[in-house]
Amino acid sequence: MFHSLGKYILLLRLAFRKPEKFSVYWSEVMREMVSVGIGSLGIIAIISVFIGAVATIQTAFQLVSDFIPKTIVGGITRDSTILEFSPTISALVLAGRVGSSMASQIGTMRVTEQIDALEIMGVNAPGYLISPKIIAGVSMIPLLVIVSVILGLTGGYIACAASNDVSTADYVTGLTDGFNPLIVTVCAVKAIFFGFIITSICSYQGFYTDGGSLEVGQSATRGVVWSCIMILFVDLIISRLLL
Amino acid sequence: MIEIKDIYKTFGENEVLKGITATFQPGKNNLIIGGSGSGKTTLLKCIVGLHDPTKGDVIFDGENFTDMDFEQRVPIRTKIGMLFQNSALFDSMTVEENIMFPLNLFTNQSKAEKLDRANFCLERVNLTGKNKLYPSELSGGMKKRVGIARAISMQPKYLFVDEPNSGLDPKTSILIDELINELTEEYEITTVIVTHDMNSVMGIGDHIIFLHQGKKWWEGSNKEIAHTDNQELNDFVFASKFMQAAKAKL
Repeated sequence: MFHSLGKYILLLRLAFRKPEKFSVYWSEVMREMVSVGIGSLGIIAIISVFIGAVATIQTAFQLVSDFIPKTIVGGITRDSTILEFSPTISALVLAGRVGSSMASQIGTMRVTEQIDALEIMGVNAPGYLISPKIIAGVSMIPLLVIVSVILGLTGGYIACAASNDVSTADYVTGLTDGFNPLIVTVCAVKAIFFGFIITSICSYQGFYTDGGSLEVGQSATRGVVWSCIMILFVDLIISRLLL
Repeated sequence: MIEIKDIYKTFGENEVLKGITATFQPGKNNLIIGGSGSGKTTLLKCIVGLHDPTKGDVIFDGENFTDMDFEQRVPIRTKIGMLFQNSALFDSMTVEENIMFPLNLFTNQSKAEKLDRANFCLERVNLTGKNKLYPSELSGGMKKRVGIARAISMQPKYLFVDEPNSGLDPKTSILIDELINELTEEYEITTVIVTHDMNSVMGIGDHIIFLHQGKKWWEGSNKEIAHTDNQELNDFVFASKFMQAAKAKL
């Protein structure tokens, strides 16, 4: 456990060494940003709309009574979407989509000697392969989470429009009532940390793959599992510290 | 010139290399041969710095490579070209991008200059016009040739080749051997080839080192190999009936 942690930290140190040529690294960063950001937009859009709609319907089911103002449904949906659903569930989904792809990509490069080829050329392989992925993760995952928040709240609106439990006017009023900007800060902090966790852990698992195609699959699985565990753990820590 | 001095390499309890000393001259095909598990590839990886030897030194033209850190090794590494057993081409790049990759990172050439160099290297390995193909679209022999083109793109002083004939038909194997031989002579490259292909040994083996049980068991040229009385080497080289028949005619 401590041996792995030490290897992970050393790998990250190597990943952020001065690049051989900035322009080559920059084009890699752009490529990864497109892969992480644009490539994940579809799945994030679909899950966000559904989660927002489900959160609204379930909140309405539990809280709608004559003694509770109907606007509370919008408020609860807003807070739970911004604080938890959008960053955490998006991150868990992205760990599966982006993380497994990164781990298997780097793992395949390892077992087919492509990483050895980089090293023999004098390229800092962790820097070339991992740092662009981490930069793409910490910049694009927060943007995806913002999109997720907007679409989640839109999903709630659609659910209200499609049912008679809460009117869309009450829902919109609930969204704006008692808004605390701190929850957006917490959401952004979570998204940045989750982006780092997914990309760095999965890259680490891929980089130290040893064997063949079977081990590449195992590395991808380990990367996703450890990312999910760390996302939930860091989610708890950030919530405890910031709220 | 590359010198290796008293190289030992241990993995856990397993001592793979047991004190190997040799000198590899420029302009010559230096072959490392031996049976499976004899330590050929481990020795090659120790020389190029993919493994750190447990003990011993690797010296490139008087500079001790073993003592250097990553940054210090970069100037030497840019003079190294390597062809891997499975070519190790970058899957996400085209043939042209693979060849231009080291030029992009380590030179300040213009795009046109780099393209010219890539075209020259492709022409040199008889793959003119294959610039835009991806590795997945190439045959095994073509991949090897692209691997060679990438290896020579930086005009290396040292060329390392790991099992150049594995997975290739005999005719393509000979073409690859001839290509490596031509490049070695033409550019005065210090070439080190790990192989167990007897056609390569007899065809281009200017200087041969035979490894057995992690030790240097024999050293000589392809002209001397047929007349050696070294039992282990004879068992290895003349294992096939074809080679036994060829020896009988000598």
